[in-house]
Amino acid sequence: MAEEKKKKVIIPKKTPMPSQDPGVRAHNFQEVATGYTEEDARLEASRCLQCKKEPCRQGCPVEVDIPAFIKLIQDGDLDGAIAKVKEKNALPAVCGRVCPQENQCEKYCTMGVKNEPVGIGRLERFVADRELARGVRLPDKAAPTGKKVAVVGSGPSGLTCAADLAKLGHQVTVFEALHVAGGVLMYGIPEFRLPKRVVQAEVDNLRQLGVDIQVDSVVGRIETVDELLEKYDAVYLGTGAGLPYFMNIPGENACGVYSANEFLTRTNLMKAYQFPEYDTPIRVGSKVAVLGGGNVAMDAARTALRLGAAESWIVYRRSEAELPARHEEYEHAREEGVRFSFLTVPIRILQDDQGWVTGMECQRCELGEPDASGRRSPVPVCGSEYVLPVDVVVVAIGQGPNPLVPRTTKGLALTKRGNIVADETGATSKPGVYAGGDVVTGAATVILAMGAGKTAARSIHKYLTGRDAG
Amino acid sequence: MYKILEKKELAPSILDLYVIEAPRVAAKAKAGQFIILRIDEQGERIPLTIADFDREKGTITLVAQRAGKTTTQLGHLKAGDYLADFVGPLGEPTHIEKYGRVVTVGGGVGVAPTHPIARAMKEAGNEVISIIGARTKELLFWEDEMRKVCTRLLVTTDDGSYVRKGFVTDVLKEVMDEKKPDLVVAIGPQPMMRAVCNLTREYGVKTIVSLNSIMVDGTGMCGCCRVTVGGKTKFVCVDGPDFDGHEVDFAELARRSAIYRQQEKESLDRYTHRCQCHGGEH
Repeated sequence: MAEEKKKKVIIPKKTPMPSQDPGVRAHNFQEVATGYTEEDARLEASRCLQCKKEPCRQGCPVEVDIPAFIKLIQDGDLDGAIAKVKEKNALPAVCGRVCPQENQCEKYCTMGVKNEPVGIGRLERFVADRELARGVRLPDKAAPTGKKVAVVGSGPSGLTCAADLAKLGHQVTVFEALHVAGGVLMYGIPEFRLPKRVVQAEVDNLRQLGVDIQVDSVVGRIETVDELLEKYDAVYLGTGAGLPYFMNIPGENACGVYSANEFLTRTNLMKAYQFPEYDTPIRVGSKVAVLGGGNVAMDAARTALRLGAAESWIVYRRSEAELPARHEEYEHAREEGVRFSFLTVPIRILQDDQGWVTGMECQRCELGEPDASGRRSPVPVCGSEYVLPVDVVVVAIGQGPNPLVPRTTKGLALTKRGNIVADETGATSKPGVYAGGDVVTGAATVILAMGAGKTAARSIHKYLTGRDAG
Repeated sequence: MYKILEKKELAPSILDLYVIEAPRVAAKAKAGQFIILRIDEQGERIPLTIADFDREKGTITLVAQRAGKTTTQLGHLKAGDYLADFVGPLGEPTHIEKYGRVVTVGGGVGVAPTHPIARAMKEAGNEVISIIGARTKELLFWEDEMRKVCTRLLVTTDDGSYVRKGFVTDVLKEVMDEKKPDLVVAIGPQPMMRAVCNLTREYGVKTIVSLNSIMVDGTGMCGCCRVTVGGKTKFVCVDGPDFDGHEVDFAELARRSAIYRQQEKESLDRYTHRCQCHGGEH
């Protein structure tokens, strides 16, 4: 046996992800990556060395036992593999698609020291999709505790917190402002990266766990957090980063200027790409400029192409090296024909006499000294002004916390930027009220929000029962 | 799902009144707030200002004018039908206090949202003069309802087909000449609100308008409803819908309100055509 192990053939590269051809997918909203077959998954799982140190585990914010689930795939126990993932992760089909694994689990993979790391995310997606297709087995639930918890917001952090609390035996109600649950997974991340049926399938699993999800419910308006505390034993705030930032440059209220939130919400949530089959319209434009360099900017630029824009530009003030977007998203955008104008800062949006965008005046930049974020900051070059002729501008420079809950909750400590202050357990300044995700950290990733939801669920359990969640 | 308990055509095929079963919204609704509704799965989310609410019955009353596809489709619904989504109350309520002499000006469909405001202002101890107007007699509604909630009601029609001929601004001017009010609240089509503001600016009377911009989520998330007020960008959905009318950039508001005019027409034509093809079921 020992000899056999030594002879193990190392496959240096990840098993390729089957994907739609860039030329085709740039014109449809179907998922770009179509997912591993069982054969692909077995092959990829075989690359895992099952090393003793298990460094991948330290990279997972929701603490999935990665080597164990991959071992189960190696052994052919695919049902066991998904069950293992779901011990820790309530949204595996989502995470398998949108987690930045290259900065998390896969970053630490032993295989990745000399070769490409094991495709952990792809394997997670495979076992999750397989289960969704075959019918989900519900995880075990603790006996009812008789405690009630309200979760505000049904994005990744709220859903995770709700799932963990339900498994611990608490009665959970989730309040969602929009007409469907999922938060940014529904309104923000495009269909071609995260199909909405996948999100809804995961949400349905939560319902089957006994979580009550109330849509159309804007907390702060129907009931304030203080009123919720009269009916519930604890409250978790996972309201996200829903307030779009603008550039504060002239012309920003011209017709054809969108926040990324609006551009993506119209498309993803309201299905404007199916107008007039669906009632919500969107203005596509022939030349679109997206301001910003994060994942949201990539999503908006790629969405613009799919909506029929002839040209879609990313306008980013720093250089390619500083792009905050995932490398994979950047690559996908490039392959599909998104164009990039680096070291460019917009200074004014031009409009015609009807108020429609006709162009954007920009200035070239050079990289100067590193700023507070450690990245070299852009310095505009005098006299480098020029006009980029565009008819739609999408502002994707970030989002702040939605002020509705903070404004209407008494005694909730906030940061200067309006984020809710929570300690490492998720506890806020208000007894019985916990918070996590983007509303605490500022706009970050789905998985970090989920990690915060998980931590808070554990803290809430302890607060309600005096016992550790185990 | 939210049940339509009552549906009445205030003006045939143009203006409709709806009473919607929405106890959670009714429990919290205040004068000046709005709701967002979506008729069905394919529907868009549209904001409508609350015309009345009954906390005991758990109902919200709305008045909508058939303008685009959604309001036309809404007009074809009957009592007993359901709406897929009904969210609210949204926006900041109208600030109510004892000002002294308050004039409410309602034009067209905008008469409806002035109703709870006039009532609240009167309950707060104000002398409330309500002016209601419409293009023509058929489009005028709630004369009796309005009379119940104000101190004095003045009615006008643009074409003189009822009571008197003149715009609401003509009546407002007379009222202001008689005695300067402490506050004017104007709700109606954008050109009307703009005209009211131009007039009250001359008289130095503080004027609140309720803006009806295009929205998607209605909770501050998308920024579609942004408007310039006093040189600063505000979101109608969370900062409003009430604003100091003298500070509002009405020209920008008008341009932004027309962004989807072409698509709105396409959508309405398609819907109307489909209705006709179905043998006028509606």
